[in-house]
Amino acid sequence: MADPSAPDVPVIEHEDEATSARNARVGMVLFVLYLALYGGFMGLNVYDPQTMSKPFIAGVNLAICYGLGLIVAALLLAAIYMYLVSGKAEVHK
Amino acid sequence: MIYEGSATAVAVFAAFVLTVLGLSFYLGARAKSAQGYFAAHGQIHWFVNGIAFAGDYLSAASFLGICGMIAFSGYDGFLYSIGYLAGWIVALFLIAEPFKRMGKFTFADALDSRFNSRGIKLAAGSSALVVSLFYLIPQMVGAGSLIRPLLGFPHYVGVLLVGMVVTFIVVTAGMVSTTWVQFIKGSLLVFFCTILTCMILQRGLKTDPGTPERPYHVFAVLPEDEVLSVPGRTVQPLPGHWKDKIKDEAGTFKLVEKPYVITRDVGTEVVRVWRKAGRDNRARNLLSETQVLTKTRDQNGAPLTLVNGVKQGTKKGEPDLLPVGHIRSLPGGQRETGALSPAEFFATLQESEVVLWGSDGIVEKDTHGKEISTTKIFYQKPTKGAELLVPGASSTFAGLRGDKSSAKVDFLSLMLALFCGTASLPHILIRYYTVKDQASARKSTVVGIASIGFFYVLTLFLGLGAMTSGTLDLTDTNMSAPLLAQSFNPFLFAVISAIAFTTVLGTVSGLIMAASGAMVHDIMANFLKIEMNDHQKVRAGKLVAVAVGCVAMALGMAFKNMNVSFLVGWAFNIAASANFPALIMLLFWRGTTKQGVTAAIGVGMLASLAWILLSAQAYKDVYGLDPEKALVPFSQPGIVTIPLGFAVLIVVSIATRKTGTAEAMRSRSGTVG
Repeated sequence: MADPSAPDVPVIEHEDEATSARNARVGMVLFVLYLALYGGFMGLNVYDPQTMSKPFIAGVNLAICYGLGLIVAALLLAAIYMYLVSGKAEVHK
Repeated sequence: MIYEGSATAVAVFAAFVLTVLGLSFYLGARAKSAQGYFAAHGQIHWFVNGIAFAGDYLSAASFLGICGMIAFSGYDGFLYSIGYLAGWIVALFLIAEPFKRMGKFTFADALDSRFNSRGIKLAAGSSALVVSLFYLIPQMVGAGSLIRPLLGFPHYVGVLLVGMVVTFIVVTAGMVSTTWVQFIKGSLLVFFCTILTCMILQRGLKTDPGTPERPYHVFAVLPEDEVLSVPGRTVQPLPGHWKDKIKDEAGTFKLVEKPYVITRDVGTEVVRVWRKAGRDNRARNLLSETQVLTKTRDQNGAPLTLVNGVKQGTKKGEPDLLPVGHIRSLPGGQRETGALSPAEFFATLQESEVVLWGSDGIVEKDTHGKEISTTKIFYQKPTKGAELLVPGASSTFAGLRGDKSSAKVDFLSLMLALFCGTASLPHILIRYYTVKDQASARKSTVVGIASIGFFYVLTLFLGLGAMTSGTLDLTDTNMSAPLLAQSFNPFLFAVISAIAFTTVLGTVSGLIMAASGAMVHDIMANFLKIEMNDHQKVRAGKLVAVAVGCVAMALGMAFKNMNVSFLVGWAFNIAASANFPALIMLLFWRGTTKQGVTAAIGVGMLASLAWILLSAQAYKDVYGLDPEKALVPFSQPGIVTIPLGFAVLIVVSIATRKTGTAEAMRSRSGTVG
């Protein structure tokens, strides 16, 4: 939308269409991966809550390991995404 | 509990607030145009923006609400941490880059970039307003909770103070200073919480959390004969209205005396209420010590608060509720563990027995049905660590361990709303317009995820640390994190409270910015077509900011008794129901029409709002009605209203496809900004 009242709009550098499409594909794959992990956690809580109280690693139960695991997984996937996307963007240029 | 302000606390607090205000003034001088006011000229560095994401997102609810919930009922609060972080994955992988590509100022810009529809602007603008307001409530409630122990002011003073400071920040400089306030607060929060976590692990776990300066009253659980055989102690009958309504096997209701014993000591005249606590392994009846808080009126009709039957006060001899939070037994009969590694901390707690607290409310009425007094009995609930560290220990999620499917659906619904809600929050989305391009949007999201994720890992330690710190206030779960800091030293308490307060400032200023942007840009300029030049837009934005600030203050006072985490859950539900379907379908389905988007936002917003207002939780906490009479089967609407939004969007889009997309094609060239 053209907005004449905001003359100091900076020129936004767009990444080109192909790069955007690639990023979107990579993002989608990683998203589905995380969705499976998150869904697994919810499913266990609802259908088999007893499993969550079993010791899993170093005497710490599955609920805590899985919960912390989900947070760490988010960090890892974000890092992987950055790596894949930045690598491809450079190749493309 | 009654708190007294301390000079250190006031000094630290004042230093924080003044620094923030000074910064706001300094930066405010630079933002003059609408682009500068609403989007910080699109020139914020991605790293600063990333930490500002954390500052924006780690609200009073994350910090105070989650810690409080973990401290009082274990793992369940951590479910919020998990859900809040998961939402960022949606933001990073699906929304951030295309969203940055589409818009300029607000959420409505992005949704409307393919069309040019006043309907979308109105719907998206109003949903941004509603979500921001709902999200503001818990922030203001949290602010009030904080100011009480810190400066000794009543709750409403805290609400007013935050409201005024934030409105001032927003009015002076808009998005630039808002971003920097959030950056500072985000860094401080993560830094000090890391220190606090190290101190918790260093201290380890103890059965008596008291220190020489701050002795702890270890609450007793004793055999009945031992309690009653104290010389001069007599048993008093329970008051007539201390009854529970119980349904017997035949299905008829009957009144049964509540499980308490009242003793009175002749001479000292100390009256104690004991709760019947089952039997020990030698088959003796046990009694556990309780704390009783009664609110009534004196002969002149002035409000009067009694603790264990005596007027509450801070002078010598006047009682106050005692701080709580101790471990009843550690594995192997130890009294204290010494420093623990993170894994040992959880493993030890799992093998311990922790004393949680339940409460029992009793209302006394006269013969005309008028309320004479309300009594709350806080009683000990010894709980096995193994039960605490799995979901389902709190009343909110207790249903997970049962067979009732509505409780399980409620849980799934909340987790779905948290997952979809983050990327639909207007105040988070506008942050994508403060950076210059898509790569910066992406990088700042990753920085955001890293700092937010790290913080959420800490919440589990902070909450469990608070649970066993011996400093919890039974009447205010939201204070657990700052009180945990107090168990180490008063200075740390002042620092953590001041950070929590700036946390509220940061988040509230972001929300007011989002609301003001939505109102001025979407509703006034684009929907009502009010002609405004750049200068007028900024002025209108500031006026709206003041108005929103006032509304937020009023709401903060009205909702003061609710757990802030729960309230935020509702805001996420509304955001996810109204905005998420429109956002996702617009990005991933070419068949989306403007009518579809408008309808989905409208229906999603109204349906989730109506559901919340008719839920058992609202009946109980907002209107004070019987929660059994609520019209909807569970409290969290997301699992119904998010799919509903998608369905409405698809159906309406298909029905209006020809006109909608044709128009979109025609106007496309003119709409991309």
